[in-house]
Amino acid sequence: MTEVRKPVEDLLTDYDIFEPEFVKDPYPSFSEIRESQCPIARTERYEGSWLPTRYEDVVAIAQEYETFTSRGILVVPPFPGQGEGSYGGVTAPPITSDPPDHHWHRRLILPVFSPQSVAKFEQGTRDLCNQLIDEVIDKGTADAAADYAQHIPVRVIATLLGVPLEMEADFTAWVRAALENILDAEGRKWARKNIIEFFLAQVAERKQNPREDDFITELMNTEVEGKVVPIEYVLGVCNLMLVAGVDTTWSAIGSCMWHMAQHPEHRKQLRDNPDLWPTAIEELLRMYAPVTMARIVDHDVEFQGCPMKAGDRVLMAFPAANRDPRQFENPDEVILDREHNRHVAFGSGIHRCAGSNLARLEVRVALQTWLERIPEFELVDKTDVTWAGGQVHGPRKCLVSF
Amino acid sequence: MRVSVIDDACHGHQMCAIAAPEVFGSDEMGNAIVLIDGDIPAELQAKTRRAESNCPERAIVITD
Ligand code: HEM
Ligand code: SF4
Repeated sequence: MTEVRKPVEDLLTDYDIFEPEFVKDPYPSFSEIRESQCPIARTERYEGSWLPTRYEDVVAIAQEYETFTSRGILVVPPFPGQGEGSYGGVTAPPITSDPPDHHWHRRLILPVFSPQSVAKFEQGTRDLCNQLIDEVIDKGTADAAADYAQHIPVRVIATLLGVPLEMEADFTAWVRAALENILDAEGRKWARKNIIEFFLAQVAERKQNPREDDFITELMNTEVEGKVVPIEYVLGVCNLMLVAGVDTTWSAIGSCMWHMAQHPEHRKQLRDNPDLWPTAIEELLRMYAPVTMARIVDHDVEFQGCPMKAGDRVLMAFPAANRDPRQFENPDEVILDREHNRHVAFGSGIHRCAGSNLARLEVRVALQTWLERIPEFELVDKTDVTWAGGQVHGPRKCLVSF
Repeated sequence: MRVSVIDDACHGHQMCAIAAPEVFGSDEMGNAIVLIDGDIPAELQAKTRRAESNCPERAIVITD
């Protein structure tokens, strides 16, 4: 299929988040919009959306959940027929929920992701990273995205959910269709069908044989106000865990690897000062925030002079907010020991990423393990790196040599 | 120096605990709790300020 893409006339009125240059490197466009007369851009593409680029605006929208709802959180409209048929009511709670239900939708899963709870995944993640490195270390070259980053979060989530690790390739394909190639509505439909059918079978199996110490079994048996939670909720949460926990984290690990390959001074800084790791991870997440979410406007409203209409889509460009010079000094520079870093890579307000402690752990362990075993490495060819973008931004092919 | 967390504003980013693990911890929901009763010892005050300036929700309040 050849793609016919109308060239962008004016970023402020016609931005295109799927334009190949934008996908590869959206930051110059964010900055052009941010510093213009109109820091909230508009496009009619993909059924229309608004794009705020200043930190203050993005955070304000994230906080105003009554005006900016989570009825639609993808950067493109739902595919035709989504929400119909049996299990059409399956969404992705809590990310697609609004208050008041959002509160219990989120509360039920939070304990799984507290810093104390996720700590138990550290050793397993390290072992997994070591296995992946074993496979490439003698070759002297590897694809940091496809041979390494891509395999880590999906296996961690499969372990957390208690689903078969052997299905890794299927999970990855579903997630990519759901979140990455999202202009392909048929692909999204296919992914949704597969994910729901898969988790339905997992639930059915646990009804026969409940498991001890198992995320899905516990979720199925949870009661809210004296009633066991509906099956749609169970399927929806599993759907979200898979979709939100995989592509996002793999993109973050990939971007960090791409950065480290080009910055020997940062590798050295971390080697000389291992205490810096937690702060360094936050700075890398600020710089390479992978996720853009959307909101649907509830009622007509004027926001910062923009006439937003009920039903309009607003893109929450967390990556743009994280590079706003009004909030961050030298925003386009990685400063591993940055003092003031209120970054919003994980969002802000009531939907702030529930999995952030797990995500941080995975990113840190992936980088630490690689750097311990392969302290020196570089990009094979700077111009031959490919990227995914739109909803989730990160490298998909990133050859390194060592 | 004293420090507190506005519970309604805290959404569990845990950036406070990253900046000052001696001062901030987390409850079972991942939201912040202050681990020190009363005055923050002098040697932890800089870290506490840093925690404040890293909280995306501006949920940390320092009183001198
Ligand atoms: C570096 C990796 C990750 C990034 C950058 C990221 C980013 C985000 C962002 C920006 C949101 C806010 C969504 C919104 O405002 O609409 C979010 C929500 C969420 N994320 Fe993550 N995420 C990551 C990894 C994970 C992981 C590993 C999990 C766990 C499996 C996870 C689970 C969730 C959940 C459950 C929510 C919904 C919270 C709610 O709506 O209350 N994420 N994430
Ligand atoms: S950084 Fe702020 S929002 Fe996050 S846990 Fe600490 S106090 Fe709460």
